[in-house]
Amino acid sequence: MIKNFPVIIPAIYLTAALLIPLLRSRHERYAHSIALSAVFAAALVSINNIYYVINNGTIHYHFGGWTPPIGIEYVLDPLSAFVVFVINSVVFFILIHAVKVNAIELHSKEIPYYSVVMLMMLGFNGMIMTGDFFNLFVFLEISSLSVYGLMAMGDRGSAFASFRYLLLGTIGASFFLLGLGFLYMVSGSLNMSDLKEIIPLLSNSPVLIIALTLMVTGVGIKMAVFPLHGWLPDAYTLASSSTSALIAAIGTKVSAYVMIRILFFVFGVEYVTEIFPVTLVLGWLGAAGIIYGSILAIAQKEMKSMLAYSSVAQIGYITLGISMANPLGFIGAVLHIINHAFMKGALFLVAANLRIRTGHSDISRLHKVCAKKMPVTMACFTVAAISMIGLPPVAGFFSKWYLVLGAVDNRQWIFMGVILLSSLLNAVYFFRIIENVYIKSSDSDEEMKSCTLAEDEPGFSMIGPLVLFAMTLLLLGLFNVYIVNNIILLMMPPGL
Amino acid sequence: MEFFLGHYAYWFIIVLLCIGLYTIMFKRNLVKKLIGLSIFQSSIILFWVSSASKWNATVPIYDSAYSIENTANYINPLPHTLMLTAIVVGVATLGVAFALFVLVYKRFKILNEDVIIQEMKSESE
Amino acid sequence: MNNEMSYISYVPFLAVMVSLAAVPLIILSDKKPNLRESWTLIAAFVKFALVFSLVPAAMQGYTAEVNLLEISPGIHLALKADQFGIFFALIASGLWIFTSFYSIGYVRGNSEKKQTRYFASFAVCLSSTIGVAFSANLLTFIVFYEILTIATYPLVIHKETPEAISGGRKYLAYTLTAGLCLIAASAWVYDLTGTLDFAAGGILNHVSLSPSVAVPLFMLFLAGVGVKAGIMPLHGWLPSAMVAPTPVSALLHAVAVVKSGVFAVIRVVGFVFGPNVMENFNLNTILAAFAGTTIILASLIALKQDNLKARLAYSTVGHLSYIVLGAALLTEAGFLGGILHIATHATMKITLFFCAGAIYVNLHRENISQLDGIGKIMPWTMGAFTIGAMGLAGVPPVNGFLSKWFLALGALEADKLFILGIFIISGLLNAAYFFPIVHRAFFKEGVNLEGYGEAPLFMVVPLVCTAVFSVILGLDPDLFFNFYQFAFEIANSLLR
Repeated sequence: MIKNFPVIIPAIYLTAALLIPLLRSRHERYAHSIALSAVFAAALVSINNIYYVINNGTIHYHFGGWTPPIGIEYVLDPLSAFVVFVINSVVFFILIHAVKVNAIELHSKEIPYYSVVMLMMLGFNGMIMTGDFFNLFVFLEISSLSVYGLMAMGDRGSAFASFRYLLLGTIGASFFLLGLGFLYMVSGSLNMSDLKEIIPLLSNSPVLIIALTLMVTGVGIKMAVFPLHGWLPDAYTLASSSTSALIAAIGTKVSAYVMIRILFFVFGVEYVTEIFPVTLVLGWLGAAGIIYGSILAIAQKEMKSMLAYSSVAQIGYITLGISMANPLGFIGAVLHIINHAFMKGALFLVAANLRIRTGHSDISRLHKVCAKKMPVTMACFTVAAISMIGLPPVAGFFSKWYLVLGAVDNRQWIFMGVILLSSLLNAVYFFRIIENVYIKSSDSDEEMKSCTLAEDEPGFSMIGPLVLFAMTLLLLGLFNVYIVNNIILLMMPPGL
Repeated sequence: MEFFLGHYAYWFIIVLLCIGLYTIMFKRNLVKKLIGLSIFQSSIILFWVSSASKWNATVPIYDSAYSIENTANYINPLPHTLMLTAIVVGVATLGVAFALFVLVYKRFKILNEDVIIQEMKSESE
Repeated sequence: MNNEMSYISYVPFLAVMVSLAAVPLIILSDKKPNLRESWTLIAAFVKFALVFSLVPAAMQGYTAEVNLLEISPGIHLALKADQFGIFFALIASGLWIFTSFYSIGYVRGNSEKKQTRYFASFAVCLSSTIGVAFSANLLTFIVFYEILTIATYPLVIHKETPEAISGGRKYLAYTLTAGLCLIAASAWVYDLTGTLDFAAGGILNHVSLSPSVAVPLFMLFLAGVGVKAGIMPLHGWLPSAMVAPTPVSALLHAVAVVKSGVFAVIRVVGFVFGPNVMENFNLNTILAAFAGTTIILASLIALKQDNLKARLAYSTVGHLSYIVLGAALLTEAGFLGGILHIATHATMKITLFFCAGAIYVNLHRENISQLDGIGKIMPWTMGAFTIGAMGLAGVPPVNGFLSKWFLALGALEADKLFILGIFIISGLLNAAYFFPIVHRAFFKEGVNLEGYGEAPLFMVVPLVCTAVFSVILGLDPDLFFNFYQFAFEIANSLLR
């Protein structure tokens, strides 16, 4: 049984994905229930996994009994168990929130929607747990195709934005495949642990450089590293509310995980920092992304596009943390993965609440009455905003603190300055919303009165997950050392 | 000379790759972009498949002329297998893309990128 | 190192949490003003009692310590009630009691809106101020310092007018940037020494530094703490923040926020860098240059202000730099005078701000040119104002004379007659900008003053109390709280 732990989660999702379309169109609400129970079960299993892996070490699952490197294997080590736990728990809460939102926005499309969400989760979880590169490609495409489908289920230009994402995403995955081809040709293996042994023997090969570059570029496109982020703003803005929340919270994090795997666990720290310094390039791209994302976020008029550019900046942090290649930077990057998942999840849920209540999420049209009618939502927004800016005692401060410590350790003063400057830029666009929501009174009386669109109160399902996210941010901040000592230090790549 | 003729397969793949990328980037019609994507993916699949080939080797089906121990006489079947998967992924991508086209066409009545972007911009104002 | 005796006690933690615990009670009593105000008062008294209970042990040389939570590997959220911390906490919590009474009078006399937000934010501010006072290391300090910034923002923008909003933005811009500089500087210190704990005599004392490290590090710290300490040119937020209601200006900008700033300066000078390092790299000269310029410039600008609160604001900027200059002297009397001035300036300035608020609530007059003859109808208020003004100018027996005496002594001890000159000139300038107000109030004929009497009792009683207290402290500085002894021992411990 223990040996099967890694496979249970994809199995749950596959079953759910195939069950949901069997429902008759009258029983739409069961679609949500099946999806929610599947994610709940997966989240429980992931908690169990992480507990087991911390205490007992890595689990390897060989598909079909074939031993690697001939067979495909799933590997649950502290890093993958942690990321699996993060995405499953975050998606659980977002799905609780999604039931009302989707009933309004995606009426009569719930069955295909939840089925595709299950496929998407299958793809992401598979990507994280797999120990074989080609399997990674396959699950990457599964998740990407699901996301293209999810994004198309919206209104206005979402199908077109989805097509553009399809083009860019497939190019990214194809670059990854091309790089993998070179890697396979020169090494003869596709298994990650096997490659870890083989690559040091090949350090002088120029083919390896090409392979690494192409693979990093491919993953970078999926991760929305600057300047490969072009698909992100339109995708996040035009998708439906709960889809934005889902993909913003977890989509790019999984690709960040893949980047960490490739750079630190397969190619090795020494290779990527000294022999072929990809980390140098990634560092500058990360810093550029932070500044670019923050500045453009200030220029946005609508909350979701502002959050999208803000995500580009946050991914810049993670890239910067990865590029530092020292323990503190690594801790900062991994901590930011979980922190950002919760922060962005909370913020997109706020945008969803706003859209359901007022029909829009334009920043300039927000005013005092919104705060009066939705006090809890706005309070959670304030907590998440404080976390994004990086003020203590919430979570965002601590991942920035580790990143700053890492930059100081590497004597990279410019990066330290970039990280700190971006806090100020974040403060500008978040406080603009806080000012509007708490202080500004609208010019026209009709606008003030028309603040409510929905007849009934948001209800627990829309506020509960939001409050939970906000509280988790506080807990993640205060208890971050518990996570660092017990989980992150265990997953530290060798040589760091 | 050896540089070109000896690696003609790779040059061909590079040309295909560039044609694909060019089509994706510079064609305005969405269907043409998709064709470009398909070409792009095909070039990569070709790349993998070409990595399997060897001089004087035969297809990886048991042949009594060569013994089973002499694996060097058979070409590498693994890339072919993997590429079967990749081809299927490509087909699935095409399927999703066509579904998206139907949606886009229903909404905008045209499949030209410039016109669609123009419409989206004027909608958001 | 220092051989202080310490014991574990949760009293510092309770002192911080008391007003935080009052916040939900205040919010819930929104509809019952009397109940709400009583929560504030109860919290104020309990907090003061808790801090006061630490005094006897501190007199013996014992320090109450508690490690709350590890928030970064090796660094704890830790509270340490050393003598300097208790000194500051006594002032802050003691004056909060008076300000609470005064606030009640002010907001009711002015019929202010959003009183719940006001009192709740006040409570959080005091909580974080005590946290600042009791911080044991730089990271805890940063956490509470930033919480103070966030908590004071709603108070600054309380009136919600466009001036208030832009004042709030300026405040945030300055303080958030300062916070970031502080984070950068702390990360650097951590990198140099491996610890962030405050130690009398300086933690950088035991590390070999080069000028290219010491000077930029000090400038970063100066940028970080100088904003709240009102050192020119970082003082710009202070006059703009005067749009806040007077009790806010009184407590926060004359006592809590700015005193946290100078508290931080002395912590940095004495407990992070230490007198030796300051002297070796001429950092004390840099600090003295900034402080001296600020004193003279601020006093000159104060002369030109017609708005009473603006004049008081610039006077505060000047007096804060007295404290900084005293610290920059690096002599026993200098530290003694500077630390004493924290207490004496607090009591005197709060009296003056209370008077300004009383005049505003009573007569709706803000400008000095409108204050002719009000001494006849508001004798108690203007009497207290006179006492406060005398003290700030350095006239005995008000306690201002005491701290000025030691500051002057410190300048003589350090053989810096130029600084002695600065103290004397600024004393004269203080008289020049305060005594005209007194003269106008008592010796000129009033205009349109029929039918007005003294300000409401809730406002007059606190300000008379603080004025009387200033005189009592001037006569016997060790009464009740042993301020003088504390200051003396702190100064000694820094120079050991």
